[in-house]
Amino acid sequence: MLYAILCYNEEDYVGAWTPEEDAIVMDRLGKVQQGWAASGKLGPVARLMPTTAAATLRKGKEEPLILDGPFAETKEQLLGFYIVDCEGLEEALDKARELAKANPGKGSYEIRPVALFMPGGPLSP
Amino acid sequence: MSTDTGWINAALAAARPQAVGALLRYFRDLDLAEEAFQEAAMRALSAWPKNGPPRDTAAWLIMVGRNAGIDQTRVRARHVALPDDDTPLSDLSDKEAEMVGRLDEADYRDDVLRLLFICCHPDLPATQQIALALRIVSGLSVKQIARAFLVGDSAMEQRITRAKARIASNPVPFEAPGAADRPERLGPVAAMVYLVFNEGYSASADEQPARAPLCEEAIRLGRLLLRLFPAEPEMMGLLALMLLQHARRPARFAPDGSVVLLEDQDRTLWHRPAINEGLALLDKAVRHRRTGPYQIQAAIAALHARAATAADTDWAQIDLLYGGLEALSPSPVITLNRAVAVSKARGAAAALAMVEPLGDRLSGYFHFHGLRGGLLKQLGRNAEARDAFGRAIALAHSPAEAAHIRQILDGLQGP
Repeated sequence: MLYAILCYNEEDYVGAWTPEEDAIVMDRLGKVQQGWAASGKLGPVARLMPTTAAATLRKGKEEPLILDGPFAETKEQLLGFYIVDCEGLEEALDKARELAKANPGKGSYEIRPVALFMPGGPLSP
Repeated sequence: MSTDTGWINAALAAARPQAVGALLRYFRDLDLAEEAFQEAAMRALSAWPKNGPPRDTAAWLIMVGRNAGIDQTRVRARHVALPDDDTPLSDLSDKEAEMVGRLDEADYRDDVLRLLFICCHPDLPATQQIALALRIVSGLSVKQIARAFLVGDSAMEQRITRAKARIASNPVPFEAPGAADRPERLGPVAAMVYLVFNEGYSASADEQPARAPLCEEAIRLGRLLLRLFPAEPEMMGLLALMLLQHARRPARFAPDGSVVLLEDQDRTLWHRPAINEGLALLDKAVRHRRTGPYQIQAAIAALHARAATAADTDWAQIDLLYGGLEALSPSPVITLNRAVAVSKARGAAAALAMVEPLGDRLSGYFHFHGLRGGLLKQLGRNAEARDAFGRAIALAHSPAEAAHIRQILDGLQGP
């Protein structure tokens, strides 16, 4: 079975780390990841940019609404995610519009740039 | 975090703008708000390692700080005897904290904006604004700020005290600003954040270790501002600009401390994650089609960031962007910067024609003579170039700047 582990924290708090402190944490996490990778247990890993870099596409209208900032509703739950390789925000928004067309109705897509991406090894679920 | 209490310091720094902002709203007194926060932070240091962090750190600090501040005012007024210092803080239930959190959610934006706005009080000179913001909003110690400004502790203490006295003698209204006042407050606040950034960015190589943290602090404040005003394209532009400039930091100085010009920098040293974040923010800003000086400057920085080598730079586009900047806020320094792009895109003669009329206003400006000398040199007018470089050396701000010009001067052959 594949599992996604989603990381939550206050970005003000993480943002208050000095670059050195941040590097120490990333180094410690990297060691944990290495162990998993060695035993073929690690898929892709991503660190996302701060929510200030995010935009949100809200479905429901013919032309979906684009809002600045992260997804902020609490009534909806995180159900899945994509990693897509795009030139910039416009292309990423087009991709989200495509998804919205294929799955119209309620819901939103948050488009958040990825700061750090490690593709990980092959998995055998 | 590296130490057991390291996370507490980061949590205190993160919660500080909101907590001090809320305490300022309660007490309407900057010193009292600061003392109350200080007291709450002290209690956090003893309570949090034992009990774990409260779910909402800012709400906890506001609640505890408010109680401490009220005690303090009672003591000052000598109405009531000193309260029992052993009041158990762990009793602060999650429920209460939640309530405070909810109450403050509505005020959060105005609290933080007010706090920042007070620091850029129009009566204060720029250096006092920066010092005050670093002290009050960022929570840097007087010692840390003094080090960043290369002055003694007591001189910095005085500067901050004087700034506070000026504010007290002409207070900013404490009422929440109306919808129309917010953008009016945002402008000076953004300018002040960029001042903090430039204080760090303009530092020389040997000052970098002490002053570069100012850039990081300004970026942190930029993120905070953008979170408060998520749909403001100029705030996106400001944050993008700071990230794109700061990304060059590892390449800006040679090992001997001399300045490496943008075109000579090793671009593989540029900090890619910061560049990518800057570009992502600029993408968002452009969608609003409401341009402004920060967005244009960020767009110029982005063109440099996107060029794999100096030769790949899109100078024609940079020329156009500077033209836009000139139209928005005309200034001879912007025209001078535009002339650099013009010299690359359209040649030295066109650039010199743009630079010459600036002589009246920029005759005391190092970069004016440096650029003029460079353009004259390109056109083979070596005698005039030599004269211009000589003036530049006389106006240099640092030995490094003078040495750079002298090097070019030494390379000049013939008449």
